[in-house]
Amino acid sequence: MTAEQIIFLIVALFTLGSALMVVTTRNLVHAALWLVSTLFGVAVIYTLLNAGFLAVVQVVVYIGAIAILFIFAVMLTRKDLRDNTPQTNKNWWAGALVAVMTFAGLAFMLQGWSGLSKTAAAIPSGFDAIGLLGDQLTSPNAYVLPFEVASVLLLAALVGAVYIAFNPRSGDSKK
Amino acid sequence: MNFWNDPLKVAAAWLEGIFTGWGMDAVLAHVLVVFLGVLLLITILMVLDIFLVWIERKVVSRFQDRIGPNRVGPFGLIQPFADIIKLIIKEDTTPDGADKVVYNLAPVLSMMSVLILWAVVPLAPVMLGVDLNVGVLFLIAAGAIGTLSIIMAGWSSNNKFALIGGFRQVAVMVAFEIPMLTMLMIPTIFAGSMNMNAIIQSQNIWYFIISPLGALIFLIAAIAELGRAPFDLAEGESELVAGFNIEYSGMKFGMFYAGELLHAFTFGGFWAILFFGGYRFFGLEQVSPFLAILILIIKAMVGYWVIMWVKYTMMRIRIDQMLGFNWKFLTPLSFALLLVTALMNALLAGADSWLYITGMFLANVVTAWIALEIARSVARKERERMEGKKVVEVGHS
Repeated sequence: MTAEQIIFLIVALFTLGSALMVVTTRNLVHAALWLVSTLFGVAVIYTLLNAGFLAVVQVVVYIGAIAILFIFAVMLTRKDLRDNTPQTNKNWWAGALVAVMTFAGLAFMLQGWSGLSKTAAAIPSGFDAIGLLGDQLTSPNAYVLPFEVASVLLLAALVGAVYIAFNPRSGDSKK
Repeated sequence: MNFWNDPLKVAAAWLEGIFTGWGMDAVLAHVLVVFLGVLLLITILMVLDIFLVWIERKVVSRFQDRIGPNRVGPFGLIQPFADIIKLIIKEDTTPDGADKVVYNLAPVLSMMSVLILWAVVPLAPVMLGVDLNVGVLFLIAAGAIGTLSIIMAGWSSNNKFALIGGFRQVAVMVAFEIPMLTMLMIPTIFAGSMNMNAIIQSQNIWYFIISPLGALIFLIAAIAELGRAPFDLAEGESELVAGFNIEYSGMKFGMFYAGELLHAFTFGGFWAILFFGGYRFFGLEQVSPFLAILILIIKAMVGYWVIMWVKYTMMRIRIDQMLGFNWKFLTPLSFALLLVTALMNALLAGADSWLYITGMFLANVVTAWIALEIARSVARKERERMEGKKVVEVGHS
């Protein structure tokens, strides 16, 4: 086993263990913090795949924005941060069955795939991944339309959030 | 390749030679040498941090017309060591009902979020930790971990002041991250790269001269990110006692404190790297890497001094003023400046360098002037509405 494989196994175990803790811990803030460590593990896996940009964006967006927002929401909405209700309902066996079958199906499909035993080609020196990504996102021959549609969607979500939060009756009377 | 031209590589090769000479595996030897390098950098930073305490106290006392520490050692230089011994032998308290693991993890993460920044700092043309092609974004990513550490400290202390302080700090950091990220794009546009070393190498003329407004907004956002006055709402002694770190004692408090000082110094360094040419100074950096490090440290100290100057001159503002200032003024202004800069960069792409510099500088001045005029007219309307009459302007007709 190469050093990279050992690091990958450790990181994968850490990520999966943290993910398991997210759904099993009873303290909601702890669940959010375990989620942070899961997301961090995913960022490390991106780094192992030589995708530095994705790794940094993963930390900025998911840990810096989304996880912080989760923690905020949990703290603002609940008085008691411990959850005393049962963690599963009576359909747990169906969920487990679907999960096992999905895993079995994926394993069956990937079993004969030749890509599993291949080693990736070395990245040529001076390979500018971010430059290529930027070109692809703004080039009319590539992904400029999906990129702009996603931007409009986010803008619509932003305007919608402002509209819901804005109460015209109490808007001016406070001052 | 000799030691005085490229000290890090020579020392690393020498050490690796020794380790492999002992019969060690080549890969293991390399990992060990890299690990020792990281350890050396962190040790130097922590020792520097001790003296930053002295510098901070000396400078604040000058601003406040005092002498500052002057009893222990020459100029009080030994004072920080006495402080550290005091912090270490203090009782280490944990409040009742605190979440122990999170409570103890928070100061470590706080310190880590600062130290990790130095991974991308180019100390000299040939001395840099990681030549990351997204170095600029790495700055924001490390800031995210800092934010997380503060909310962890505020929540796990089981103290209402700590929690309010944590909430406030997160509100500040999340808000000011946006102008900061936008301003980080300005050196990126000029240099055509997000790599810190490439940004320094392309600064034949300081980016401060091309984009003074960008440098100013970056400094404001950096001060807010640091949680220093006038944005130190998370600590607010007069209202929150000490904010998020109220329950911490001994060296755990020391970690937050030392982390804050080193963070301020680090942001002084980043200000120098992004807008003041980093280690470059009239070609002196080519003479010796050690001279380059010295230049970077001096520039970082000047940046740190400006941050201290602001801290000890300005009064703390209220949280609503802070949020209003950021969301209604600074964020739109930084977006506008980014648009103007990108547009001017495209328009002046093939122009003479003198025309380029003058055009960029004038674009910045005009943007700043328009923003201030809009802010002034909005403020005047607000005043008129509040007072119900026309306000007579003083000294402006």
